[in-house]
Amino acid sequence: MTQPSDPTSAVRCRGLIKRYGEVVAVAALDLEVRRGECFGLLGPNGAGKTTTVEIFEGLRVPDAGEVEVLGEYWRGDGLTLRSRLGIQLQETKFPDKLRVSEVVTLFRSFYPHGLEVASVLALVSLEEKAGAYVRTLSGGQKQRLSLGCALVGDPELLFLDEPTTGLDPQSRRQTWEIVEGLKARGRTVLLTTHYMEEASRLCDRVAVVDHGRVIALGTPRELIASLGAEHVVEFAVGEVAATALPDSMLRALPSVEGVVHDEGSWRLTVREVHRTVPALLAALAERGAEPMHLATHHATLEDVFLSLTGRRLRDG
Amino acid sequence: MTAEPAVAYTVRGPLAELTLARIRELTREPEAVFWVFVFPILLTAILGLAFRSRPPEALPVAVVAGPHANTDLAVLSTASDLKPSILPEGEARQALARGRVVLVVSSGDTPVYSYDPTQPESRAARLAVDAALQRAAGRADAFTPGQAQLIEPGTRYVDFLVPGLLGMNLMGTGMWGIGFSLVVARNGNLLKRLIAAPARRSHLLGAQLVSRLIFLIPEAGALLLFAHLALGVPLRGSVLLLVGVSLLGALAFSGLGLLTAARPRTIEGVSGIMNLVMVPMWIFSGIFFSTERFPAGMQPFVQALPLTALNDALRGVMLEGTGLAPLLPELALLAAWGSVSFVLALKFFRWQ
Repeated sequence: MTQPSDPTSAVRCRGLIKRYGEVVAVAALDLEVRRGECFGLLGPNGAGKTTTVEIFEGLRVPDAGEVEVLGEYWRGDGLTLRSRLGIQLQETKFPDKLRVSEVVTLFRSFYPHGLEVASVLALVSLEEKAGAYVRTLSGGQKQRLSLGCALVGDPELLFLDEPTTGLDPQSRRQTWEIVEGLKARGRTVLLTTHYMEEASRLCDRVAVVDHGRVIALGTPRELIASLGAEHVVEFAVGEVAATALPDSMLRALPSVEGVVHDEGSWRLTVREVHRTVPALLAALAERGAEPMHLATHHATLEDVFLSLTGRRLRDG
Repeated sequence: MTAEPAVAYTVRGPLAELTLARIRELTREPEAVFWVFVFPILLTAILGLAFRSRPPEALPVAVVAGPHANTDLAVLSTASDLKPSILPEGEARQALARGRVVLVVSSGDTPVYSYDPTQPESRAARLAVDAALQRAAGRADAFTPGQAQLIEPGTRYVDFLVPGLLGMNLMGTGMWGIGFSLVVARNGNLLKRLIAAPARRSHLLGAQLVSRLIFLIPEAGALLLFAHLALGVPLRGSVLLLVGVSLLGALAFSGLGLLTAARPRTIEGVSGIMNLVMVPMWIFSGIFFSTERFPAGMQPFVQALPLTALNDALRGVMLEGTGLAPLLPELALLAAWGSVSFVLALKFFRWQ
C-alpha cells in the first residue's frame, strides 16, 4: 500500500465492492478521477453512486478493494485528509434556529485553513440571508448553504452528491454556476447526478453507473459519439402495425446506426436526420403503419444510457 | 475570492463554536426555556402551596344529645384543641362513620367514647376529651409540664421536596437536553455531515457536556434562589459542595443521556428508552417521598439508582449541612454511573 501515488490522480479505486446483506451496491468498481477535472457519476437512483462516493469520503468502509484520495488512504478519523476535502451529502438538515452565518462559521471552525465566512456567503449568493434562520430558507437556499459549508475549507477536492436534486430550474442553474466557478479555479469536483443535462454541462468526464458497475466512461462528447450517430429519431405507431415493423428493416434504412424498440415506440440513432426520415416515412406508408408521433433531437447522455441498458435514467 | 468581504465574522475554536451553537439552539427555543427554567419553579411553588404548614386544627367531636349534653359541651369547649357539637344519636353515629367527627361522647353517669382506635386523630381526641371530662369531674393534674413547640424551616415537607425537585430537574434536562439534540442531528444527517467535515468526535460530544454544565448554573440557581427567598428553604451546608454535587449529578445524567441516545435514529425511539430509564427513578428515587417507605428487599435496587444518590446528597448538603466525607459513597456512585455510561456511549455511538 506504499507505492508512490500518482500526483495527477485525485481519487483512485480498484475492485471496490460493497454489499448490504443480499444487495450488492458496488460491484468491483474501478475508477480514477484526475486532479483539476470535474468528474460525474451518472446513473439512475439505486445505481450505487452514493455508496461509492461515501466510500471515497471515508464515511463507509468497503467490503473489498482499495481507495486512494489525494494520494492518501483512509485511516482512523482521517482529520488531516478531511481538511483538504469539501463534502456535501445528499441531504443535511442544519439546525432550524441557527442563522446562516452561524452555520458557515461553525463549519469554518473545523478547518485549519480556508476561506473567510463572508467570502463563502458571497460565493453561494447568501450574503443577504446571512442573518436569517435556517428555518426560513427556501430549498435552493438550503442547498446553497450546504454547498457553502463544503467550500469553507477551500478544498482541493469537492464531493457533491446529487447537488441539484429536487431544486427548481433557477436554483439548479445557480448551483451550476457556482460549480463552474470552482472548475475555473482549477478545483477537482466529483459529483453524482441522475440529470444528464447536469452531467453534460458540468462534467469533463462522466462514468455511467448501473447496478454498482461503470458501464461507460468518457467525456460527454465521446459517450455520445459512441452511439455512432449524433441524432435520435423517435416515433410510435398503433399496436396492430407494430408487428409489421421488424428491427432489421429499420436498421437497413439509410444512415441508421441503432434501433431500440419498446412497446410500439422506437428510437433510432441516426447520422443524418434528413436522409433517414423520408425513407422511414416511405417504409411506414408502404406497410400501412401511420406514425402517431415522430420527433428528432440531438443525442444526449440519456440516449447513451438507454442504448446501454434499455432503461431511462429517471425510471429508478 | 478576490472580493473584499464586507463583514468580518469571528471564528472561534471548534469546541467553542459547537457549544455556542448548542446554547443558541436552546435559548432560541421558547419551549425549552420554559421546561428548563420556569417549570421547576412553578412546580416548587405549587407543591409548596399545597403542602404548606398549617396551624394544628381543632379535632371535631360530637356529644350525643341528652340531659348531660350541655354540661359536657361546656367542659369540652374549654379545651383549645377540640371542636365539640351536640348531635342526636343517629346523626352523631353517621358523622363518625363519614369522618366529619373523629369521636362521639355518649353522656351518662359515666361517659362512653366511640372512636376508631386506628385513626391517630381519633386517639388524640380520646385523650383530650378524657382529660377535659376527668378534670371537670375533680381530677387534679399532678404537674404542669413546660412546652417547647418546634415549627421551623428545614423540617417542613417543602424543605424535603426542593432538593428532590432539583435532582429530578438535573436528571430530566441532562437526559432530554443531550438525547434529543443528538437524535435530531443524527436523523437529519447533521452528525454525519459534521464528521465528514473535519470535526472531532470528542468535540461533538464534549460540546454537549459543556453546554449542559453552562446551563446548569441558571437552571439550578433559579430554582434554589426561588426556594430560598420565597419559601425559606435553608442551605445548611457549603455552597461550594452543593455546586459540586449538582455538577457531578448533571455530568452523570449527561453520560446516561449520551448512552440512551447512542443508537436510536428517531425521536420516538429515543423517547421510549428515556422513559424506560427515567420513570423508575421518578418513582423510586425519593423525589416526593422518602425512599425508606419501600420495603427492605427493594432497598439495594432503590439505593443503586443514580437519582437516589443525587437526591440523598442534595438533601444532606441543604438540610443537614453534611460535609464532603459522609457524601463520598453517593458521589462515587454518581461518578461511576456517569463514567460507565460515557464509555459505553462512545463505544456504541452511531454517527450516521
